[in-house]
Amino acid sequence: MSEKTAIKGGEFIIRDVKPEDIFTPEEWNEEQEMIAKMCDDFIAQEVEPNLERIDEMEEGLMPSILEKAGELGLLSLSVPEELGGMGVDFKTTLLATERLGTGYSFSVAYGAHTGIGTLPILYYGNQEQKEKYIPKLASGEWKASYCLTEPSAGSDANSGKTKAELTEDGKHYVINGQKMWITNAGFAKVLTVFAKIGDDKNLTAFIVDAESEGISLNPEEKKMGIKGSSTRQVFFNDVKVPVENMLSERGNGFKIALNILNIGRIKLAGAVLGGAKSGIDYSIKYANERQQFGRPISKYGAIRHKIAEQVIKCFVTESATYRAGQNIDDAIQAFIDEGMDKEQATLKGIEQFAPECAILKVAGSEALDYVVDEAVQIYGGMGYSAESPVERAYRDARINRIFEGTNEINRMLTVDLVLKRAMKGELDLMGPAQEVANELMSIPDFGDAPEGVFANEYKALKGFKKTILMVAGSAVQKLMQTLAKEQEVLMNIADLSIDTYMAESVLLRVDKMIANKGEEACKDEIAIVKTYFYDIADKINKSGKDAINAFAGGDEAKMMLMGLKRFTKIDGYNSKEARQQIAQRVIEAGKYNF
Amino acid sequence: MKILVCISKAPDTTTKISFTDGDTKFDESGVKYIVNPYDEWYALVRGLELKEAHGGSVTTVTVGTAEDDATIRKALAIGADDATRINVKPEDASQVAAEIAAYAKEGAYDLVLLGKETIDYNGSQVGGMIAEHLDMPFISLAEKLDVDGTTATLDKEITGGVQTVEAELPLVVSCAKGMAEQRIPNMRGIMAARKKPLNVVEPTNAAKQTSFVKYALPAPKSAVKLIDPNNMDELVELLHNEAKVI
Ligand SMILES: Cc1cc2nc3c(=O)[nH]c(=O)nc-3n(C[C@H](O)[C@H](O)[C@H](O)COP(=O)(O)OP(=O)(O)OC[C@H]3O[C@@H](n4cnc5c(N)ncnc54)[C@H](O)[C@@H]3O)c2cc1C
Repeated sequence: MSEKTAIKGGEFIIRDVKPEDIFTPEEWNEEQEMIAKMCDDFIAQEVEPNLERIDEMEEGLMPSILEKAGELGLLSLSVPEELGGMGVDFKTTLLATERLGTGYSFSVAYGAHTGIGTLPILYYGNQEQKEKYIPKLASGEWKASYCLTEPSAGSDANSGKTKAELTEDGKHYVINGQKMWITNAGFAKVLTVFAKIGDDKNLTAFIVDAESEGISLNPEEKKMGIKGSSTRQVFFNDVKVPVENMLSERGNGFKIALNILNIGRIKLAGAVLGGAKSGIDYSIKYANERQQFGRPISKYGAIRHKIAEQVIKCFVTESATYRAGQNIDDAIQAFIDEGMDKEQATLKGIEQFAPECAILKVAGSEALDYVVDEAVQIYGGMGYSAESPVERAYRDARINRIFEGTNEINRMLTVDLVLKRAMKGELDLMGPAQEVANELMSIPDFGDAPEGVFANEYKALKGFKKTILMVAGSAVQKLMQTLAKEQEVLMNIADLSIDTYMAESVLLRVDKMIANKGEEACKDEIAIVKTYFYDIADKINKSGKDAINAFAGGDEAKMMLMGLKRFTKIDGYNSKEARQQIAQRVIEAGKYNF
Repeated sequence: MKILVCISKAPDTTTKISFTDGDTKFDESGVKYIVNPYDEWYALVRGLELKEAHGGSVTTVTVGTAEDDATIRKALAIGADDATRINVKPEDASQVAAEIAAYAKEGAYDLVLLGKETIDYNGSQVGGMIAEHLDMPFISLAEKLDVDGTTATLDKEITGGVQTVEAELPLVVSCAKGMAEQRIPNMRGIMAARKKPLNVVEPTNAAKQTSFVKYALPAPKSAVKLIDPNNMDELVELLHNEAKVI
């Protein structure tokens, strides 16, 4: 590995990263492979055969499957050994989340229990709270829910109306209010409830026993998908909670909520990867079996295009997810080395990469939706039948763009987080942005052209980063305070950042693979990178153009548009042939095999 | 009870099989190996169950090279106490059996368990040969195994039914489906596997008695022909003239 000063969250925009500095999924060790296989076996044994019963919400079934996951140790991967857990590193928890991500509703129940359910107590609880709750949550004896959303407070989570009042004797808080869309509510024993004390501006978090007097539930929501996942409204009517059940400090709840959701976002990227791979497998299998006009439909270019595109999106998401996972592990280790305890360090490490977490949430959920949508298309009429596996996959996938912060909120967050860090001086965006602005006014410097199989792509990547700097830099200057209201422009900048991060991740991954295995062995992966760059250059051009035309005019706009054209220029490439090649590989194997 | 379980690796069941060197070598490139399911699901898991019921230990033994260590550690993750690898490439059943027997002689095992076959070569020979070397009874294709004191009671499938047999320990048993249920290794097992002993011992250099000459793939399946249910004449015609079965 080259000399590293650890990369910071959001820094990819201004910093070049080397292939040897990223982790790639080609590097899982034997133990991690075994954990992955364990998850596959678990899904095959406990979930797959029960999908119908799970979706019909058979009484007691989901909790019992969670308990079985607990017996295997799957509920306690993030929990340190002292508290009865496995204490594996972050990227390994992502890997398990990916493999369990093929479990439809189970995957959601699992994610909610181990993520937003368990982590608030693990990361913000005091020693007593942790000792009381974590071992039982880790074993699966108790299940957990996270109660943030209310009927009138969704994206605007801090606007919740649920109240907590201290009793006169100072021993209890009395909670009143209503929570909505609460995952696992039907069987949870432990609730993390966010409420406001008195006239506080900010939320406070409480650990609440779901069996407390005054708690009642609405019936299960009737949902489009993840029908086997319990989702209910929870009512709090004078619910007495001992004061020692406050989590962290008064007024710290919103911060807890955001940090926990932030972890959930990258975990969601892991989970959708599992779903995407299984969606691709179904697509390939069906396309190979289904014959029309005398040939399997997997022989037709239109279908092969779809399969190749599914593969590309999945491979790209995977590259970025585990790259970020390793960055987080490195950041956690650095905080531990500074003397921070493991939980604090984990929280800080993940928070450091909050921009990437938001990026991955958006990119991952949209990749999955592409995959399942085309899976239905490949199945044709059968895809519309409730008896096909892809019908469930299609419905179940849709939630991922909505929860853990909608994709709109996450797009805005991506930009907001990066700009805030720039304002605070943690990220030097302004210097490099100024350089790009100067470059626009001077004769283009073509510099040293990169060499090798990815010369074109590395050059384009530099241009993509310049595009972000040019567009974001001048948007900040021009719009100042009003930028926050110019959401269309924010969306454009978010897309520029997302596409660039994904492109860089897949490029670095495959370049690293080539260094290890040689070009010949990586020819399909090279086709993925080249096709992705060829496509994304135009997309980046379009996002940039839309933004520039929205806030600039006249010569200034002209100059930026000229720069944009240069920055997003990419050599011609036969992406049709490349997609044929990518599709051929998986069609021959009968499954996703990258 | 001291139990020895023979573990071998086998290509993952979804492997695409192909050959190189003029069809004389199995093309291993890109092949993922798993623990041979008969060894894992039946022999190893039943061994562990017997240990849990009666006390004792479960050791695994594998004839193979360092490439086999991953599959061996999987067996440790499932629950074996320790593992031994006899450091030589397996060439044929006779060599493998001789190596395992030489190792097993030293250990005074009460039970030697192995799968009824590997899912790649399906030889089913090793168990019988080990028993012969060790001068122990051999029960093949057992689907049930209980031990009471020094007596083992076994069920084995026979054509159209089940035969129950009894034998005195020590003995060698080849295990078939039904003997136990697959056990998914848990996190503790996986993490403990790293710390459990995997001893590598040198082979006695037993000779092989056979050599592979050539492989061939089964003939590709021909396409299915669909015939309209209203067109029975065509079906009869095809069965008669094309398939020549009626
Ligand atoms: C199945 C399911 C399970 C869930 N599980 C949980 C759970 O366990 N715990 C929990 O606390 N919550 C849970 N939620 C709630 C979920 O997090 C919210 O639904 C989500 O945050 C969106 O809030 P909302 O539904 O109120 O939508 P709204 O906030 O009303 O959003 C509606 C639309 O407006 C957009 N929008 C909102 N604000 C803005 C803005 N400022 N600018 C631009 N666009 C905006 C949104 O992006 C969206 O497209 C769950 C939801 C579902 C459906």
